[in-house]
Amino acid sequence: MNPEASVVDNVIDTVSAVFLVVGALMSLAAAVGLLRFPDLLSRMHAATKPQVLGLFLLLAAIGLQLRSWWVWPVLLVAWIFQLLTVPISAHMVGRAGYRTKHLHRELLSSDELEAVVQKAAQSARDESSRDEASDGGRRD
Amino acid sequence: MMQTVLAVTAVILSLAAAGAIIRISRGPSLLDRVLASDVLLAILGAALCIDMAVNRHLNNLMLLVALSVVGFIGSVTVARFVADRREQANES
Repeated sequence: MNPEASVVDNVIDTVSAVFLVVGALMSLAAAVGLLRFPDLLSRMHAATKPQVLGLFLLLAAIGLQLRSWWVWPVLLVAWIFQLLTVPISAHMVGRAGYRTKHLHRELLSSDELEAVVQKAAQSARDESSRDEASDGGRRD
Repeated sequence: MMQTVLAVTAVILSLAAAGAIIRISRGPSLLDRVLASDVLLAILGAALCIDMAVNRHLNNLMLLVALSVVGFIGSVTVARFVADRREQANES
């Protein structure tokens, strides 16, 4: 093996080691955020770190360690799959958390959903009162 | 060098898993527990990735994709059917 190749090898090894350690630290950051943050929405903010950036760093480290080009598309597919599924589940959890009032309103800087929810509740109330009126008319 | 990286990341991931498990056991609401178990699943996936990178194989890649599918279906299902059973709001 010529010396140049071993230098390149060392550089790739170092870069992938840094990626592995930083990717693991993302998981630790998520755990610390889960323990320290006050309510569900801010905990969700912390929980996304290992799911997207952490997974990207670890998959990049795998690609660097395997030293071949054909693995990169496979790893990209795995990462894109995670990118597609994580926002949907986060949206569902956040929506359920808003509806069941698991949030501290004083921590929100703006609440764009509140007007929509009020309007939907108002129209549902109108609907039910109109139904009652028409029912009463039939009974009389 | 790879062996030291393996040891360091093992310690970090063990601490992270302990934190997520504490939040699962303590979490005031069901959604907190769902979120923390999602994080625990992500930590498991990180451990699989580190195993693949250090030992230079790709055996766990399908397992990683299956793990993300399980996390997705689980959290979406629980979030769909969650209901509010508390007396007063804002105690989380």
